[in-house]
Amino acid sequence: MKKLTGTIDQKTRKTLKAGEELLYTGIVYTARDQAHKRLSETIEKRKKLPFDLNNAIIYYTGPTPSKEKNKVGSSGPTTSSRMDKFTPLLLNKGVGSLIGKGSRSKEVVNAIKKNKAVYFITIAGAGAYLSKRIKSAEIVAYSELGAEAIRLLYVEDFPLIVAVDSHGNSIY
Amino acid sequence: MIRKINVNDISNAIAKMCIEANIVIRNDIKRALKKAFHSEKNKRAKNILKILLENADIAEKDKLAICQDTGLCVVHIEVGQDVHLIGGTLKDAVNKGVEKGYTKGYFRSSVVNDPVSRKTKAKTYPAMLTTEIVAGSKVKITVFPKGFGSENKSRIYMLNPTDGEDKIIEAVVKTVKEAGPNACPPFVVGVGIGGTFDKAALIAKKAMFRDIIKPNKDKGIRSLEARLLKEINDLNIGPMGLGGKNTCLGVNVETYPTHIAGLPVAVNINCHATRSCTRLI
Repeated sequence: MKKLTGTIDQKTRKTLKAGEELLYTGIVYTARDQAHKRLSETIEKRKKLPFDLNNAIIYYTGPTPSKEKNKVGSSGPTTSSRMDKFTPLLLNKGVGSLIGKGSRSKEVVNAIKKNKAVYFITIAGAGAYLSKRIKSAEIVAYSELGAEAIRLLYVEDFPLIVAVDSHGNSIY
Repeated sequence: MIRKINVNDISNAIAKMCIEANIVIRNDIKRALKKAFHSEKNKRAKNILKILLENADIAEKDKLAICQDTGLCVVHIEVGQDVHLIGGTLKDAVNKGVEKGYTKGYFRSSVVNDPVSRKTKAKTYPAMLTTEIVAGSKVKITVFPKGFGSENKSRIYMLNPTDGEDKIIEAVVKTVKEAGPNACPPFVVGVGIGGTFDKAALIAKKAMFRDIIKPNKDKGIRSLEARLLKEINDLNIGPMGLGGKNTCLGVNVETYPTHIAGLPVAVNINCHATRSCTRLI
């Protein structure tokens, strides 16, 4: 299976095709509902963001806590469509890749195409399985949100399927 | 003869049941997943089903939650009318048990106190508690952690009394179709037919406590369950919504008498993490 490591830049994103399966090793940032709301508000107020959005990979997940330090427990994808209303803004601000589960709105697909971004899905319902591929975790922002805080995860051979490619082709 | 039961015993039982339900996949679900894996022809779907089986093994072995969405903790308690509960209130005991189990099991705090402002930090409780007074001197507890990826896709329809079986099937299939790839297929579907608006939803949820391999005892409802399962699987949504003949692992239907003017149909969508644990005290 194809492997990708480190930054997934626009040049790499343009080579990915809807339906393609790959394994990713590198850094992803977790963000779900409340974190998206806060990031959007921060952008609108032109304030400083908690991490660099340029080519960033956002993973929609809210993990269970772990018994070990700097780790997370089960950590599968949450439903991406709930983030649809915030996603075009984040893509316009530089986010390059998204990871979640399920379909996206027309507006998101258009924003992916415009920004040459990519939307991946990972194995829905396999939180325990995926946790084994998350090697470390640290909170980057909004720790008071608990499971919804933004975390930096270092993942190894994390399974991804290209669901919407940079040309706007969708697997669904 | 009145039997005294201390609510602390209920609390302790619930704590253990929360851990078991969230970590150990139900036997019927595991069997259904294996059957789906063996019958699936679509290569990608087969591989996803294989990973879900692997996920269940990892969860049990490493004591990890099957799914990170450890849900709202639904607790249903049948209290025998010859039981006298002592040592505190049942509600407090249940919440204490859920908090203890979720903390000990390293499960997620997913409960937000104010659904409108959503301002306070998420907690593990309150449980979604329902009780029923039954005959006897025992207490039967069911713990059912409910994830919201699938709960969000659940629907209720107030059909016409003359609509009949075909319209019921249409409503259920429409709900599953709309849930599509977003609610983690393969699904397990609970259907409640009859009663009032709230009763239909409650029996749809309670239908999920039943083993999906055991069909309804009523012959007519049993055949409705089989028809629903077939029609849902014919949708070709498949695991993760990427195609395949295994869209649904099981459909459980429960019914209740209703009004001459109505036909409530509640559809409760569940994913393969249909988790529950039942104990008798």
